[in-house]
Amino acid sequence: MRVGLFFTCLVDAMRPRIGFATISLLEAAGCEVSVPQTQTCCGQPGYNSGDRKTSQALALKFLTEFEGFDYVVTPSGSCASMIRVHYPKLFQDNPAVLARIAPLSLRTYELTDFLLNIAKLENIPGQFRGSLTYHDSCSGLRDLGVQKQPRALLAKMPGVAIQEMQESTTCCGFGGAFSVKFGDLSARMADNKCTHIEAAGTDAIVGGDLGCLLNIEGRLRRRGNHKTQVLHIAEVLADQEGDA
Amino acid sequence: MQVASIHFKRNATAKLNDENLQQALARLQTRFVGGRAAVIGEIAELEETRTAAAAIRDRVLQNLDQWLSHFEQQATARGATVHWAESGADVNRIVAEIAVRHDVRKAAKSKSMVSEECGLNEALEAQGIEVIETDLGEYILQLAHEAPSHIVAPVVHKNREEISDLFAEKHRLPRKTGISELCREAREILRPQFLAADMGISGANFLIAETGSALIVTNEGNGRLVTTLPRVHVAITGIEKVVPTLEDVSTLLRLLPRSATGQSITNYVSILTGNKGAADHDGPEHFHIILVDNGRSSLLGGEMQPMLRCIRCGACMNHCPVYQNIGGHAYGWVYPGPMGSILTPTFVGLENAPDLPNASTLCGACAAVCPVKIPLPDLLRQLREKQMALGMKPWPERAALKLWSWLALHPAAYALTTKIAVRALFLAGGTEGLLHRLPGASGWTDGRDFPAPQGKTFRERYNRAFRENRHGEKRA
Ligand code: SF4
Repeated sequence: MRVGLFFTCLVDAMRPRIGFATISLLEAAGCEVSVPQTQTCCGQPGYNSGDRKTSQALALKFLTEFEGFDYVVTPSGSCASMIRVHYPKLFQDNPAVLARIAPLSLRTYELTDFLLNIAKLENIPGQFRGSLTYHDSCSGLRDLGVQKQPRALLAKMPGVAIQEMQESTTCCGFGGAFSVKFGDLSARMADNKCTHIEAAGTDAIVGGDLGCLLNIEGRLRRRGNHKTQVLHIAEVLADQEGDA
Repeated sequence: MQVASIHFKRNATAKLNDENLQQALARLQTRFVGGRAAVIGEIAELEETRTAAAAIRDRVLQNLDQWLSHFEQQATARGATVHWAESGADVNRIVAEIAVRHDVRKAAKSKSMVSEECGLNEALEAQGIEVIETDLGEYILQLAHEAPSHIVAPVVHKNREEISDLFAEKHRLPRKTGISELCREAREILRPQFLAADMGISGANFLIAETGSALIVTNEGNGRLVTTLPRVHVAITGIEKVVPTLEDVSTLLRLLPRSATGQSITNYVSILTGNKGAADHDGPEHFHIILVDNGRSSLLGGEMQPMLRCIRCGACMNHCPVYQNIGGHAYGWVYPGPMGSILTPTFVGLENAPDLPNASTLCGACAAVCPVKIPLPDLLRQLREKQMALGMKPWPERAALKLWSWLALHPAAYALTTKIAVRALFLAGGTEGLLHRLPGASGWTDGRDFPAPQGKTFRERYNRAFRENRHGEKRA
């Protein structure tokens, strides 16, 4: 399988190791991974700010970069949802583009969904040992139905104990620009999330979307919690050794 | 009702720090979110039922004018009088005219959000007509001179202590603290009012076209008294509330109470058809139905039309993490939560509610529970697009978005800019790897640290690894 990696703008800037973890997982699942170098961002920030034009331009850019692959995989439920669910909506009145983008959208997957359901990864290379609780990020959960997938993969890791937190499906308050525009409201939502995380009492909080994880980590640390690890699911599943 | 939605942000901040409110909101969440979860599974084919409900509402909206005139014919044939109100002011004028015609001094009212849109109580009081709210929650609010903060549980923002104080002060009776004592006190005060009222005013959850009936769902029984005891009954509701048949209504009623209060069915479901006939023992002599537009028809035929499917269950606000943290008053007008963030800008003007479409993470919890499948996040996004098109976004936001767009479309410049920015943030993060302050993003850093980046971008590291790999070295 030829897989194009869409590493996402946040992973690019903030946590490259998630990108490398994703590559190693895809390779472990037997995929041939390519990383188009001109990729930037899926366009979600503009889309959610009401800038439809830029989102369309970025969707077209994505199309030219990724059309040739069997699959596109991305370590983010919200970017996957942007491509899978929202790209086709952007071209409802442009049948020529729609005819190309709709099938590409359907070939685009969130990482855990892809590993479990398409690549059927059996042996999880990760070495993580300890307890963790999982935060279900909104777009992945409600647009793509990503909920069982990460848990099923984690269940294959003998050293991992999952302890569910209360309200794991409630929004953490990130919401992109929302987190800055309505800072105190967003921080309160993050704080509620942190309360549930701490009540679960695990070694780590794990999720599939870096935006949410940065929000949660930022609030945990401000609360004085420097103990709970904040990890992307790819970091837990992959064998991190030797990766950047 | 006065429009205060322009102050959303400031109000939201105040509400976050209101301890009593925070406790009340936690209770609401337990009661309504938990309540819905406990009973919604009683509908075995929930998804199909929601789809059917949305289809019923869509069918009406596609030919709203025809369904309304069908309703008018049927209602008139059964002795009701139908009035059409284009605006809130029209509603107030029509009710006042009816009051004058029937020599009304006192009106008893059951819950009606549409009347809140119009400021009906104040308008009638200005005409010398006494108005008494008889829904317990609305009665408390009337005593306190406050607006509802939830469309189903209007007084959810108040705790029992506050209500005890309020009753003691206004009723001039010894202060009571038990819920049943407080209810009894209210009931004893309200009972004579039903008998003394010349006019009953209610809303309507649905209008049934085939029978010309108005349907109301209530839990307190005051709705029945208001609609049957006084000589005159006026039902006020939005034009979108019409449904074709009783059968359609029964589908919607499977969803409404379960979504709203977590009840399989409400205590009362009243179907009000026509006025008191010669052979009837009771019922109002005069039954007036006011069909209110007040901005609704502007949604017809446009992208926002799905909003008119709304059956006012309140599930979207109960499940909204924003509403759950600030309550309804912060939204600044009649309708709070996700549905309010769409209706308010539509009804009072986007310029009077610029924050509302943006006051959402688009988490989708609302759309996931909406019984008529309104794509609320999509509609919020459409309002944002409208704001963008009208140049209503503040300039720093527009400038930032422009810059980001340009960079995202120019990969080489993007790579260079991120490389530099990421390096700077990395250095600012220090050994701790956290930024405690970030210029231009105090909204983030006032309440959170900003985790610093790893130092080099993925792109840089990948390219280096790729080059090294080609020289036979270990990647990264
Ligand atoms: S938008 Fe949907 S969930 Fe919200 S009040 Fe209306 S019907 Fe209920």
